[in-house]
Amino acid sequence: MANIQPDTNAALSQWLMAKKAGWEDLENKLKPNKAAPISPVNEACEILSSYKAIMTDLSLSRRVNGDTLITRYLENLFLKTQEEIYRPSNNLFSRIIDLYNLEVPVLMGRLKNSIISAFLIFVISIATGWFLINSFPDLISLIAAPKMIDQVQSGRLWTDGLLNVTPSSMLSISITANNITVSLFAFAMGAFYGLGTLYIIGLNGLMLGGIFAFTASYSLGERLFSFIIAHGVVELSVIIISGAMGLELGEALVRPGSRNRTQAFQNANANAGKILFAATPFLIFAGLIEGFISPDPSYGLTGRILIGVCSGIIFWLIMLFGLPWVSRK
Amino acid sequence: MNNANPSQVSTKEDFLLVQSLEGMDYRMEIAGMGARSHAFIIDWHIRLLLAITWILAVGFALYSKEEIRTLFKHEHLTTPQMVLLIPAGMIYFFYHIVLELVMVGRTPGKGMAGVRLVTLQGRSPTIGAILLRNVFRLVDSLPGLYFIGLLSVALTRNQVRIGDLASGLLLVYDNTVKPKTFRQITNLAIHSNLNPEDQELLLDLLNRWRELSKETRSRLAQQFLCRIGKPFEIQGPTKKTDQALKAALENLLNHP
Repeated sequence: MANIQPDTNAALSQWLMAKKAGWEDLENKLKPNKAAPISPVNEACEILSSYKAIMTDLSLSRRVNGDTLITRYLENLFLKTQEEIYRPSNNLFSRIIDLYNLEVPVLMGRLKNSIISAFLIFVISIATGWFLINSFPDLISLIAAPKMIDQVQSGRLWTDGLLNVTPSSMLSISITANNITVSLFAFAMGAFYGLGTLYIIGLNGLMLGGIFAFTASYSLGERLFSFIIAHGVVELSVIIISGAMGLELGEALVRPGSRNRTQAFQNANANAGKILFAATPFLIFAGLIEGFISPDPSYGLTGRILIGVCSGIIFWLIMLFGLPWVSRK
Repeated sequence: MNNANPSQVSTKEDFLLVQSLEGMDYRMEIAGMGARSHAFIIDWHIRLLLAITWILAVGFALYSKEEIRTLFKHEHLTTPQMVLLIPAGMIYFFYHIVLELVMVGRTPGKGMAGVRLVTLQGRSPTIGAILLRNVFRLVDSLPGLYFIGLLSVALTRNQVRIGDLASGLLLVYDNTVKPKTFRQITNLAIHSNLNPEDQELLLDLLNRWRELSKETRSRLAQQFLCRIGKPFEIQGPTKKTDQALKAALENLLNHP
C-alpha cells in the first residue's frame, strides 16, 4: 500500500469524489431518527439500488485499497443497509398484537405436553408437601420461618394486617418483582438440562402444600385460601408456564433431534421466550390484585373466588386463543 | 426472535464469518474474556454509582438524618425503604436491558471496551434477543461472581456465556467508522499526496492525541513527520512543542 502508484492515487481520488456524495446520502437515509420520507416506496427502492451499488464499491475497495478505513466504512454501510432491508416492521404495537394473536396460541398448542407436565409436577409437589407436613408436622421448620410458625401457632396469619404496614401500591410492586424473579428463574434454570426447573417447581409446590397443611392444622386453611385465591390462579399459571418453558429448554438439550444442541437450545429459547414475554405481564395484574384486594378484609370469599376464576379464565383464553377484541389476519 | 436468515454463518479462529445471500462476505472479530470482563466491570461501577446516587440524593432530599439512620431497623418493608430501594434496584438490575435496547447492543462499558453485541448474522440484536440474554444473567451469575458465565466463555468456541448461547448473540469488537472520520479520510484521500497508510496513521494519531501521554504523542508525531519527509525541529519549551506538533499534523489534515 505504501508504494501506491501516482496514477492509481489519482484514480482513487476520482472514484471517491464520484461516490462520496452517494454514500453520505445513503447514510442519511439509514439514520434511525430521521424524518419520515415523503414517498416511502421510492425511498425503499433507492435504498435497494444503493445496496447493490455499495456491494460493488465494497468489492472494489477491498481489491484496490485493502483493509483501510474506507473499506471498513463501506463494510459498515453495507451491513447497515442489509439490516435496513431485512429488518422486521418498526411497529412495536402491531408486533405485540401479532405475538398474542398469532404466535403464542400456536406455540402454546405445540408446547402443550410441557405445560401439562409442569402442571402435574406442581400438583404432585403440592400433594407431597401436604402429606409430609400432615404426617410429620415438625418438618414445617424446613419450609417456614420461625416467626411465621409462631404466628400461625398463635392463631394468626402472617398476611393479617399487611396493609397496616405497607401501602397497597408498594406491596404490589414488591410482590410483582418477586413473582417475575421466580418465574424467570423457573425458566432460566432449565438450562441445566431441565433439572433446575424441576427443582424450582417442585420446591414451590412442596412449600405451598406444606404451608396449607400446617395452617389447616390450626384451622387457618380457609383464611389462607381466601387470601391466595384472588391472585393465585394467574400467578401460579404464569409460574407453571415459565416452568414448562424451562422444561422445554431441558428437552432441547437432552434430545436435540436432528439439530445440534446449540441450535436446538436457541430454537427452544426463541419459542419459549415469546410465550414468557406474553405471559409475564400478567404477573403485574396478579400483583395488583395481591396488593389491593387479597389483604383487604372487606372483600368476601365469594368475591375473591369470582375474581380469581375470572382472571384465570381470561389469562388462559388469551394465551390459548389470542386477544378476543382484535381480528385475526 | 430470529429473523429469516439470509446468510451463511461460520466461526473460525475468533472471527465470525458471514456470507450474505448476495455473495458478499464479511467478518467480525469475536471479543474474548478480557474485553468482556473489562466492559462488565465498567458497567458494574456505573450502575452501582447510579443506584447509590439515587439512594443518597433522594434519601437526603425526602427524609431527615434520623429517619435515614433508623431506616433499616424496621421489621417490615416500609414506604421510605421502598421509595429508596425499589428505584435503586431497578437502576441496578435494568441497566443492561434498557441500555442495550436503547444503544442497540451497546452499553457505556461496552463502548469503552470497544465491543458490541451482534446476532450470528452480524446484525444488530433484536429486542427479544436482548431480553432473553439478560434473563439468563440469573444463570450466568450463579453461584456468584459470574462463575458459570465465565466458565462458559472460557470453554465455548465463540467465547460466549449461556445468555449469548440462548439468544444467538455474540460480543464482537466494534470497528464502526464514525461519519466524521469517514469525511476526514475521504478528504485526505482526495486531496492529499500522502499514501493511504500514512493517511490512516495521521488520523489515528490525531484521534488518539488526548489519550496519549505528552512524551508518547510528541515522539510519535515527530516520527510520523520524519516518515513523510517533513521533519520537525524542536524549539522552545515542551508545552509549545506539543502544541506545534499538533498544529503541524492538523495542518496536514486541513490543508492537504
